[in-house]
Amino acid sequence: MAQLLSSPVAATHHPANTWLSRLVHSTFKNRSLAIGLLIITSLGIVALLAPWLAPHDPYLQNTANRMVPPIWHETGSWTHPLGTDRLGRDYLSRLIYGTRISLFIGLVVALISGLIGTTLGVLAGYFGGRVDAVVSYLLTTRLAMPVVLVALAMASLMGGSMLTVTLLLGLLLWDRFAVVARSATQQLRDAEYVQAAQALGCPLPYILLREVLPNIAGALIVVATLEVANAILLEATLSFLGMGVQPPSPSWGLMIAEGKAYMFFQPWVITIPGSALFVLVLAINLLGDGLRDLSAPGGRNE
Amino acid sequence: MWAFVFKRTLIALSVALTISVLCFSLLQLSGDLALSIGGPEATAEQVEQIRIEYGLDRPVIEQFTTWIWGAVQLDFGRSYYYQSEVMDLVVERLPVTMTLGMLALAIALGVSIPLGVVAALKRGSWIDRAAMAIAVTGQAMPNFWFGLTLIILFAVKLQWFPAAGSDSWQGFVLPAIALGYYATPAMMRLTRSGMLEVLEADYIRTARAKGLRTGTVIFKHALRNAVIPVVALAAVELGFMLGGSVVIETVFSLRGLGQLAWNAISRNDYPVVQAIVLIIALFYIVLTLIADILNAVLDPRLRAR
Repeated sequence: MAQLLSSPVAATHHPANTWLSRLVHSTFKNRSLAIGLLIITSLGIVALLAPWLAPHDPYLQNTANRMVPPIWHETGSWTHPLGTDRLGRDYLSRLIYGTRISLFIGLVVALISGLIGTTLGVLAGYFGGRVDAVVSYLLTTRLAMPVVLVALAMASLMGGSMLTVTLLLGLLLWDRFAVVARSATQQLRDAEYVQAAQALGCPLPYILLREVLPNIAGALIVVATLEVANAILLEATLSFLGMGVQPPSPSWGLMIAEGKAYMFFQPWVITIPGSALFVLVLAINLLGDGLRDLSAPGGRNE
Repeated sequence: MWAFVFKRTLIALSVALTISVLCFSLLQLSGDLALSIGGPEATAEQVEQIRIEYGLDRPVIEQFTTWIWGAVQLDFGRSYYYQSEVMDLVVERLPVTMTLGMLALAIALGVSIPLGVVAALKRGSWIDRAAMAIAVTGQAMPNFWFGLTLIILFAVKLQWFPAAGSDSWQGFVLPAIALGYYATPAMMRLTRSGMLEVLEADYIRTARAKGLRTGTVIFKHALRNAVIPVVALAAVELGFMLGGSVVIETVFSLRGLGQLAWNAISRNDYPVVQAIVLIIALFYIVLTLIADILNAVLDPRLRAR
C-alpha cells in the first residue's frame, strides 16, 4: 500500500493492481469510505488483540467492586476506566471482548446468507423462466416471515447460543443477496463475453463462477456490508431479549439487557455498549455507502 | 389489469399457505412439544397426559389439517399458558399494536417526506447533508437501545412522557418514535431520489416554462409523482413494523401483540407463537399485495411484468 502511494505510476504498469490503486485513491477522496474503513480496521485489531488489550479478565467477578462508575464520573478510577457491571466485572474488558462476538457473527452470517442468496439469485437470473419463478416464490415467502419473531421463536426452541444465532440469521438474511444477484445476472446474461463462453461450449459451472460471478461481485460486496451491519444489530436484539448469545458472554446486546435494571440511576451501563454498537454499525454502513459510490461513480442517488 | 390482480392474489394466497405450513412444521420439528410444555419437572406420566390432551399423539398430517382448518376460521386453539382462546388474546392485544404501528408510520412519513423533498430541492446544501446524516445514523441505531435512551431522556430526566404502559395516548409517543425512526431513512432516501428524478422530467420543465409558480410545480406536479413509490414502501414498512413491535413493545411494556409473542416464546406457549407469526405474515402479505396493485394502478408499465 505504501509503495503504491509513493509511486502512483507503478500501479498503472500492473493492470492487476489497478483496482487496488483505485481503492487507495478513492479512499482519500471518499470521506465516508475512509472513516468507515478506519473505524472497522481499528475495531478489527481490537477484536484480534482482545486478550492483550483488555485490562482485566472480562469474566472475573468481584462483588466488592460492583457498579463502579466510569472515569468521567467523580468517583471513577483508572483501574476500571469504563466502570464495572452489577457483578463487578470490568466494563472495558467486556466491551473489548464483545467486539469479537459482534464481528464474528456479522461476518459469518453474511458469508452463509451470501452463499445462499447469491446461488439462488444467480441461478434465477441466468436461467429465468421456471427457475426464476421458483426463486421469486421462495423470496416472497421469506420476506413475509417476520425475521425477529421467527428468529426469537426458533432460538428459544433450539436454545440460544452463538452458534444458533449465527445459523438462524444466516438462513434468514439471504433475501437482499438474492434480489441483487438476480437482477445483476439478468443484465449480464446477454453480455458478449458470456455468450462467447456459451458458444465455446464452456461448462455451466465455469460460466457462472468465472464469467458471471466476478462481474456481479462489486454489487454483492455492497450488499454484504449492509448484511454484516444488519446481522450485528439483530444479534444484539436477540441477545437483548434473552434468546441470543447467553451469559456470561460479553455480547453488547446482552450487556444492555443486564444494565437495563440500573439504567435509571446509572445510564452509562446501557449508553456504553449501545454507543459501541452504534459506532460499529455506522462504520460498516459508511463503508457500504462508500463502496457503492465507488462502483457507481455517477453519484449515490442514481 | 384484472389478470394482474388475479395473478398477484393467487401468489399471495399460496405464499400464505406456505407460511402456515412453515409455522406449523418449524415448531413441530424442533423437538418434543409435550416435553417442552411439561417443563423440566414433569414426570413421564404427566408428559404422556399432556401429549394426549393436546392431541400430540395423533399423526402430524392430522394435527396440521386440524390446525389449518381452525386457522381459516380464525380459531388458533387454546393457549397453554393463559388457558384461553388464542384468538381472544390476539383480539385483545391487536388494537395496541395497530395504534403503535400507524402512529410510527405517521411519524416516519411526516419526517421523511418533507425532509426528502427539501433535501432534493436544496441538493448539496447543509439540509441535504443533515438529512443524509439522519438517514445514516438512523440505520445504525439498534432500535431497542434507541427506545431505552428515549426512556432515560424523556421519561426519567424530562418526565414529559410515561416510560411504560398503553393506558393513555402519551404512552404511545416514545415507542412510536423509536419504531418510526427506523423506517425513516429508507423512505427519506426514496423521496429524495424520486424528487430528483421527477424534477428533471420534461413535464416539470414544461410546467416551469409555462410560468407556473415554483410552489405549484413542486407540490402539484413533482411531489405527486415522486411520492407514489414512497406510499408503496410505506405499506411494506408497516408490515416490518408489526414484526418489529416485538422488540419495542417489550422495551416499553406495551400490552400489544409483540409483547404477547415474546411472553409466549419465553413460556413455550406454541399455539400463541404460531398464531402471531402467521397473523403478522398475513398482514405483510396483504400489505405488499395492496402496494403491488397500487403501484400497477398508478404506473401501467408495471402491469406487463
